[in-house]
This record gives sequence, C-alpha cells and structure tokens, in this order.
Amino acid sequence: MGNQLAIELVGITKAFGTKVVANKNVNMDLREGEILSILGENGSGKTTLMNMIAGIYTPDSGKIIVRGEEAVIKSPIDAFNLHIGMIHQHFKLVDLFTAADNILLGERMPDDYGKGPKFFRWIKFNHLSRDRVKKLQSTVDQYGFGIDLSRKIYDMSVSEKQTVEIIKVLYRGADILILDEPTAVLTPQEIDKLFAVLRKMRDEGKSIIIITHKLNEVMAISDRVCVLRKGEHIATVETAKTTEKELTDMMVGQKIDLNINRELPDNPKPRLLIRDMSVVNKEGRTVVNKVSFDVCGGEILGIAGISGNGQKELLEGIAGLQPKASGDVIFHNPKRDRPVTFYHHDLKKIKAMAAEGRFHYPNGERVDLTNIKNKEIIRLVEDEQILFYEDEIIDLKDKSPREIQELGIKLSFVPEDRLNMGLVGSMSIVDNMMLRSYRKGNSVFVNRKRPKQLADDIIRDLEVVTPNDMVPVRRLSGGNVQKVLVGREIASSPKVLMAAYPVRGLDINSSYTIYNLLNSQKQRNVAVVYVGEDLDVLLALCDRILVLCGGQVSGIVDARKVTKEEVGLLMTKVPDKIQNYTYEEMQEKGEDNG
Amino acid sequence: MIMIITQAIRFGIVFLYGSTGEILIEKAGHLNLGIPGIMCLGGVGGCMGAYWAYQGGAPAFIVVLLAVFMAMLFGALGGLLYGVFTITMRCNQNVTGLSLTTFGAGVLGFWGTQMGDKEILFAPASRYAFTPSLFFGASTPDNWFTTIFMSHGVLVYLGIVFAIVVSVVLKRTRTGLSLRAVGENPAAADAAGIPVIRYKYVSCILGAAIAGVGGAFYLLDCTRGSLEYVIDAMGWLAVALVIFSLWRSNISIFGSFIFGFLYILPRYIEGVGLAEKEILKVVPYAATALILIVISFFNKKETQPPASLGLPYFREDR
Repeated sequence: MGNQLAIELVGITKAFGTKVVANKNVNMDLREGEILSILGENGSGKTTLMNMIAGIYTPDSGKIIVRGEEAVIKSPIDAFNLHIGMIHQHFKLVDLFTAADNILLGERMPDDYGKGPKFFRWIKFNHLSRDRVKKLQSTVDQYGFGIDLSRKIYDMSVSEKQTVEIIKVLYRGADILILDEPTAVLTPQEIDKLFAVLRKMRDEGKSIIIITHKLNEVMAISDRVCVLRKGEHIATVETAKTTEKELTDMMVGQKIDLNINRELPDNPKPRLLIRDMSVVNKEGRTVVNKVSFDVCGGEILGIAGISGNGQKELLEGIAGLQPKASGDVIFHNPKRDRPVTFYHHDLKKIKAMAAEGRFHYPNGERVDLTNIKNKEIIRLVEDEQILFYEDEIIDLKDKSPREIQELGIKLSFVPEDRLNMGLVGSMSIVDNMMLRSYRKGNSVFVNRKRPKQLADDIIRDLEVVTPNDMVPVRRLSGGNVQKVLVGREIASSPKVLMAAYPVRGLDINSSYTIYNLLNSQKQRNVAVVYVGEDLDVLLALCDRILVLCGGQVSGIVDARKVTKEEVGLLMTKVPDKIQNYTYEEMQEKGEDNG
Repeated sequence: MIMIITQAIRFGIVFLYGSTGEILIEKAGHLNLGIPGIMCLGGVGGCMGAYWAYQGGAPAFIVVLLAVFMAMLFGALGGLLYGVFTITMRCNQNVTGLSLTTFGAGVLGFWGTQMGDKEILFAPASRYAFTPSLFFGASTPDNWFTTIFMSHGVLVYLGIVFAIVVSVVLKRTRTGLSLRAVGENPAAADAAGIPVIRYKYVSCILGAAIAGVGGAFYLLDCTRGSLEYVIDAMGWLAVALVIFSLWRSNISIFGSFIFGFLYILPRYIEGVGLAEKEILKVVPYAATALILIVISFFNKKETQPPASLGLPYFREDR
C-alpha cells in the first residue's frame, strides 16, 4: 500500500469543438490511500480531466490506467464498475426523491442476491421495501454521518446534499473518490467537518482526489498537489515540501507580454461610486460582501478573481439586476451638466461642493474656489457669460434596471454559455440590435432602418464574419456572436461600460479587436469595467485592478506595477491590510518624481 | 342513471388508456402530444387484427388477443417514430408530437375510406368478441351492480389493470424509481449509472403501445365497430387527464370515470339545445384548468410535472 498507483493518466487530450482544447497531453497519477489536490485557475481543465475519469466525457486520446490495468471508461457505469465515484460540483441528485431513493438509484442487482431463479430474485430486488431504507439508515448511522435519509433532497441544505452524494458514492463501493470543488458552497465549520470525513476515509485506504483553487485548503488537506494550467499539467509536488508562493507561481505561470496598446488615463474623475455593496444570493449566502470602490471616467478598471467569487453578482448589483443587493451606488452623470446659478443664493453650498471637486468649467477644467473671493464667485455665478457646470449626481438605489440602462450604464455579460444571455439565437443581427432600441419611436410598427444601419456598422467595424445581416445569430461562430454582443452595448454610447468575460473562448485576433474597442471607449472618457479570467490580459489592458476573493475586495492595485504573482495571491487570500490604489496617489507620485 | 354510469365507465376507459400511456412517457421526461395520433394508429391496427381473426373463424379470445396485439404494435411503431425524432435526433417534442397526431388521424381517415362500408366489416367482429359474455359468461344476474361493473367487454378491465400496474411499477420498484429519475433529472440518473436513452425509448414505445389499445377499444367496444373518426378529440382529453390526475395513473382511473361522465353527459340531458350541449363539452377541459390553478396555488413539488419534461438530454452538453 501507499506507493501503488490507483489511477495513472497518460497523455490525455480532450478538445471541445475545434478551438477549445480543455486538456493537452496530461500525465498524472493518484496513489492508493492518499489525498491528491488538483489545483488550477478557471479554465485550466481540472473538471474536464476528472469528468473523463468518471465517464462523463471520453478523452480524444491518451490512456487511463486504473490499478495497473488500462481501462476504457465510456460511461458512469464503467466508472462504477472500476469503483470510481465522483461528487460533482453541481450535485447530481433528484430533488423530488428522498435521500435514500437517491442513494439506491441505479443500483445493480448483485450476482449473489437472494435465492432461486434469476427472474424471481430480480422481482424481489426490484421491489422497493421500507426495510431496505431502514437498513441503509442503520449503516449510515454507523459511519456517523448523522443524516435522516427519509427526507427529501429539496428540503436539505447544501452541506447535507453533499453528504448524501458522499454516502451514495461510498454505498456503491467506490474506493477512488473524486470531489469537484467540494468546499465552494460550504461554511468554514462545514469544511472542517468534510475534511475530517475525508481524512477518515483516507485512513481506511480510500484514494481521494479533491479539485480546488483555494491554497489554504490544499495545504490543509492534501498529501500531494497536482497543478494544471491552461489544460496542461505543470507539476505534481508533495504538499509538505512546497509553499503557497511556489504553488501560486506554478498556477499563474510566467508573465506573457501581450503588447496591448495602453495609454495613461486622461484626467480621470470618479464616475461611479460603489459603497458597501453586499449581495445575498438565492440560497441566502452572502456572495458580495461590503465592496467599496470607484470607477473613473477614462480608465479601464479590471476585476480579477477566480470565477464565482462575486464578480457576476457585483456587476448585476450595479446594473440593478440583483434584488437582494444593499449598499449605495452613486453615479456622476457627466452629460447632464447644469449651470451652478441654480445654487446662487447658497454660497456655502457652492464652496463645499467645489471643494468636493464636483464642478468644472465648460472646457473640462476643474473649478478651484479656494483662492477666489466671495464677491468674485457671485459674479462668476451670476454672470451669464461664465458658467459653472456640475455633474448630475444620481443615486441608483431606487432605479429600475431599465432606468439605469437609460442613464448609460451598460452591462454586457458573456456567460459560459454564450447564447444564453443578451442575444436571441434564432433572431438576426438586425433584430438583436432592435432588442435594445425597440422602445424608441412612436409608431406601432418597428423601424428597421436604424438597427440595420447599426448592424451593418458593427459587421464592418468589428469584422464580423457573416453572409449578411439577416442570418440568425445562432449560426455565427462564438467569436462573432460576442462581437455582436459587445458591439451593441458600445454602439449605445455608454457612460459606464461593464464588460464581463468579453473574450471568453475567442481566438487571439478577435480578442484584440475587443481590447481595441474597450481602449477606444476609454479614450472617449467612458468608465470601463473589465472582468476577465486571464491575468496576463488584465495586467496589460487595465489601469487599475480590483481583486475579489470570496466576495470581498482583497485589494485595488496599480496594473502597471503589480506582478502576476501578487494578483494571484490576492485572488486566493484576503490580506490583513487591504491596498486601495487611487489616481490621486498616482498624481502625487508623479509630482514627487517631477 | 345506471345507464349513464355504465357508459361513463366505458368511455372513461378510452381516456384511461391514453393517459396511462402518456403518464409513462411523461415520467421519462417526454411530452408526447402525439397521443391522439397514436390512438388513431392503434385503432387501425386493432380493427385490422379483429377483422382478420374474425374472418379466419378464430375463437373470441383470440380475436381480442390479436386486436390488442396489433393495436399495441401500431401504437408502438408510432412511439418508436416519436422516440427516434425526440430522443436520438433531439427534435422539439411539441412539434414532433403534433405532427404525429396529424399523421395518425390522417392514416385512420385514409384507411377508413379505403375499407368502404365499415358497419358490415367490423360490427360483427365487435359483437362477437367484445361483449361481456366472454368474460363473465351469459348467466350473470341482472341488477345495478352487475350492470355497472360487469357488463363491459374485457378491454375495460385490461385498461384498469394497465393503470394499476403502471402506478405500482412507478411507485414501488427500482425500475420505476429509475424511470422517474430520468424524467426529473437525466444528468443525475446518468451519473448514477442508469441507461437514460434506453429508459426513454422503452417508456416512449411502451406508453404508445398502451395508448394504442385505447384507440382499438374505442372503435371496437365503445362504438361497436362503427368508425366515427373522433379518436383524436378523445386523445386530447386523455392528455388533459394526465394533468388532471397529477401524473399518477391510479388517480387517473377515477379521473377517467369523471371525464367519461362529463363526456357523455350531454347526450343524456333532455330539453337542452344543441348549442348548449356543445358548450357542455368544455367542462372536462375547464376542470383540468381548474386543477392546474389549484396545484399551482399549493405549489407542492410532488404535484408538479417531471422537472425535465420536454427537455432533450445529451450527456456532453456543457
């Protein structure tokens, strides 16, 4: 025991379609009686690799060797027969059934079951008696899981569902267990409990693979760590002989120079102020926890973080799409400037507001009243020739998503399943443009002229490959669909553009088109928020990077100075002292240098 | 009154066959709107089988047996067609089902016209084999109980047996548990090692076969061999009965009697105009709508349709 191999993977490759290679020539092994962590960023192919061992996917090439013998695992049944059980991140449980039914589900009749002719044995086995459930319950109680198996799954908490999954896999006789991000949905106490169970199972001789991207958990639970990056196997190391720093370096890899055009932000002023935003999701978990930051006009603010750490909910909270969001979102609307004559009786207020930097001259220069006499101020205000302007300040708290959109705050979210959000697959590019503009115009009949113009502009400017503008969007390739999606939001001349994963699954050239689009928006003084997965892109494209970890801000850093490893560490752990990099800081430093 | 109840049971059984078959199919996650068409196909097969056996001079129970066998075969073929389209090719289930309905009704219409004088062709076979005498003998005493419960042809009882068997299998066996899992969450069923595609095919074909017998029963027993082409109209009521009985075929037995009662009631009401009788035909549908409102009001998970009803399943979907 100990050194014998439970599973050995040799040269495993798996691709989805022609472009997305999920795993490339992966070699890996699992020893008997150990806990192996698989560590990697999003999209590094961890889950795909494990799904191939569990029979959900079949590899395109390569060998899977189980206990010394080459195995062909074509379906979950094959995996069961090899005593391999996987606990998926999204539980594979039937909500309507009791826990016992879920555990008994799909069980095959053992050859030595009962006596007599096979048919009668089968009838007896096929009958679902209450006794069997009782027997099952007593075995479960022996292990000390403490769960009532007669309860329905939809009544259970996430942690209880996970327990049911583990019991199910054990009941089916698995001695190789694969857990896909088991801690993502658990509270710290539940995680401790789970780890205790895992250690107990290891001591009983089971081999366990645990997929995770949390470094502290890797260090706490595993005997060895296997690091994947972009579908490739980087290294497998003994946990005791490595450090968190070393693992992070392996996980994020060397910095790649992407050569994206990036200019210094020109006179950035806060456009969107987010204060103490918290979002509670449907399951009642706090997914965004007291997040505060500013987004300035003329900058690209990157949001980094392992996916599922609150990025989506944060953006949706800003766009008014999360009903259970708390906190303030203040929007400084630059276009609706008003003359300050509005306040001309209240000198104190004018001074106070000027001190906050909320006024500017028509040429965009900021108004500074500290050295100007009161009389002069009144003259400036009342003289119709010289006008002060101020940003319109709008609290987005009580606005509906539609009102927020109409103010020019646009969210273009590219989900993993690209056609699912934002575009209607069976409609043409023109009709998809109209989804955003149909409210304009007073006629009952739709006006196709403008949307058609817009669609043609997008096709030309973004080089969308399509036979014509009337082809259903569903038939375009992924990259082209995304160009249409992002192009449509940009065409509405936004003031804040939030682009989440706009280059997800795109090839290099299309990605650069999108980067250039975002850059041109930045130059038009739009506040751009870019949520990305690839750290290299974030470091090369953005001006500042906000790092989210577990729904909290673990730092706002200068994208020009920060290193990949620093961001990587912030992504996995919230530091004690949280950095908040602002442009005032940048200007101060600039003055120091000059 | 006894007459009405007897007739209600007899007509109700037509719905019962259709809804038992549809329940079996829907529990595997497939919404088969082709049930009316499948019942038409079953009617064609049943009449053919009965006619051949009768012409060949076979004993009564062979006539019934062959009629049922042919009806199931024709129904199963319809189910297989539906299965190939919706399970293997993952076509839209509603569209496939509706076209199957049109197809089945067309086949029945075409075949009926080709056969010429139906009265002469099928009525003798029907009188010969589908009478209660086959089942209970001619010497039953004549009172209200025997009239209501024992004056039917053998297929009435077969329908109830089918419904009970389907109910027991779904509720009390592992096979039924697996089938329900396939309809609720095929990904979970697949991960548990259940052959999802095979289950879907078997339930689609078996359900269609059961529904097919309903068509044969209607033509040979209810209408005594005269081909009135309203099977597809009855098929829709069978689909409504599935919802009415909350996807449980044991409830469906009583539901079918209620539907049968409501269906034949207009014929027995005196002094009501034709138009009013037409309006009365709405009642079963209205009752189904009412049930839908009531169950959505309680919002209990157990009374909802199978969770993945109507959704195609493909394991490597990302």
